[in-house]
Amino acid sequence: MLNKDGVAIKEQVMSKFPSIETLVKPKAIIECYENIACNPCSTSCPFEAIAIGADINTIPVVDFDKCTGCGICAYSCPGLAIIIGRIKENKALFKIPYEFLPAPIKGEVWHAINREGKIIGEALIEKVDSNLRQDKTLLVHVEVDRNLLYDFVTIRRKEDE
Amino acid sequence: MLSKDLVIIGGGPAGLCAAINAANAGVSSLIIDRNPMLGGQLIKQTHMFFGSEKQYAKTRGIDIAKRLIKEVEENPLIEVWKNSTVVGLYSDKVITVLKEEEYLKIQTKAIVVATGASEKSLAFENNDLPGIYGAGAVQTLMNVYGVKPGNKILMVGSGNIGLIVSYQLMQAGVKVLGVIEAAGNIGGFKVHASKLRRCGVPIYTNTTIKRAIGKDKVEQVETVKLNDKWEMIAGSEEIFDVDALCIAVGLTPMTSLLSMIECDMKYVSELGGLVPVLSGDNETSIPGIFACGDASSVEEASSAIVEGKLVGLVASKYLGGIHPDYEKLKQEYLADLDNLRSGPFGEKIRVGYQKLGGPNHA
Amino acid sequence: MNKLRIKEHPILDFSEDRKRINFTFNNQSVYGFEGDTIAAALHALGITKLSESASLKRARGFYCAIGNCASCNMIVDGIPNVRTCITILKEGMKVESQLNKGELNVK
Repeated sequence: MLNKDGVAIKEQVMSKFPSIETLVKPKAIIECYENIACNPCSTSCPFEAIAIGADINTIPVVDFDKCTGCGICAYSCPGLAIIIGRIKENKALFKIPYEFLPAPIKGEVWHAINREGKIIGEALIEKVDSNLRQDKTLLVHVEVDRNLLYDFVTIRRKEDE
Repeated sequence: MLSKDLVIIGGGPAGLCAAINAANAGVSSLIIDRNPMLGGQLIKQTHMFFGSEKQYAKTRGIDIAKRLIKEVEENPLIEVWKNSTVVGLYSDKVITVLKEEEYLKIQTKAIVVATGASEKSLAFENNDLPGIYGAGAVQTLMNVYGVKPGNKILMVGSGNIGLIVSYQLMQAGVKVLGVIEAAGNIGGFKVHASKLRRCGVPIYTNTTIKRAIGKDKVEQVETVKLNDKWEMIAGSEEIFDVDALCIAVGLTPMTSLLSMIECDMKYVSELGGLVPVLSGDNETSIPGIFACGDASSVEEASSAIVEGKLVGLVASKYLGGIHPDYEKLKQEYLADLDNLRSGPFGEKIRVGYQKLGGPNHA
Repeated sequence: MNKLRIKEHPILDFSEDRKRINFTFNNQSVYGFEGDTIAAALHALGITKLSESASLKRARGFYCAIGNCASCNMIVDGIPNVRTCITILKEGMKVESQLNKGELNVK
């Protein structure tokens, strides 16, 4: 339960996802479940796809028609609560924010991790973005099995066991 | 005796913003800070800040510090004394300062107390062992001096500070064995808790520290579960092997200077402890003495920044220097503070200010 | 105990070569780097017990690290009650554990 252990339940997670049909293009999944006085996701979005409004305590809502899945919100969120998801055939492709060392490298295979910190499969590192605007938060492009769509949230290096 | 019109005690975000806004109104000031560098707690905050763009949301605390410090250092109307501790505050607005090795007295016309807050400690057996550190201390060691506090740590407290510092410990390569929380729910933002859980850090609610174990330094800690009456449950003890223990159980305003003069103070636990009673302009009951930031109530850095700007505005007006956009800015700052305090996390602060009978609770 | 010094960090840059500063701790030769506080330098060497409490002789280290709690008080170059957590390290400093309440030597 989120309040007791920081782990959102499946229903909460799925409520942030758009329909499967929409996910053929990358879309932002904003796992912001509380009213926090905060709006950088909304102000950083170049497509005005994230709505918060004048009261910055409002939980952000994504307009999936406008969202291009660019990933800018993912590295702008101070809570690192945003990931970008997409479905491609039998794979789920994600862009996730990552702020640890050693940094992942393209081509490596890391563990795919769920919201409880457990290993649920493998994640292929496809690309690692790191530009000045990201201010040290890496945006890691990963590919996991499609059945991990609602479970996958981050990666962990294999040697760290 | 020296003479300075406006002295700002404390060079953290509130103090720096107060000085900048006073300068914008044409009033010069002296910032006095006891640390070797300005920036207050900002210099340890490697995470991105919340709030809105006006309070530098999305910018890392360390970078907000650099920006504010640069603005202050480049402003000819702002003088800075570092490594200088204000040791006395008198109701005739004289302050005494230990400026490095020199002891000085300054007659002022207006004073801003922006001294911030300090860690509370927790009472348990052997809580005085070396290796038991406040969360701010752990952040200072890691993020300012580049030294790990240990290699395996247990964090006590699941408020924002406990959660954020746990994450920062992991970024520094330290293993966090868990976060323990005496209450039944996690205290801070759940997004911070989620970040820790996906890194495999357990969060144990209804759990507290029973005692620390070690000779000359902490080597183990014994935790115990609490029932819903906050009583320890016998037989629920667990031992963790640690080389450091981090206590993040809240902050309390550092108001000892204000206690030296006869200004009205009140104990309000929602605001962090003993705080000055303030007018809507953040003025204490002594005209010309203002307080802002964590020294007036423990909130987020975003509130400290806005309060600092507000006090810069009103303190300079008190001295006769009126900012060209005085009314507009004042309304803006008051609205910003209301907005920052209006969500569920601001509830505690709103309740606190009602008890205090203080500002912004129109 | 240089294992406690952070070399690489995902957000911060600790790569700068800093000048080594030699000092003594209870007559033992120790060292730190330019920019360290005394307490940080000692901690990096694994020295966590800085002094002892005056009456019960319990081990004392630092707690708040911002100059507020006085747990880190030591005698530095003969002067007692120095808050080592906010005092910057200087070459040749003589740092000693403070085992009593400190005496003021008025010249």
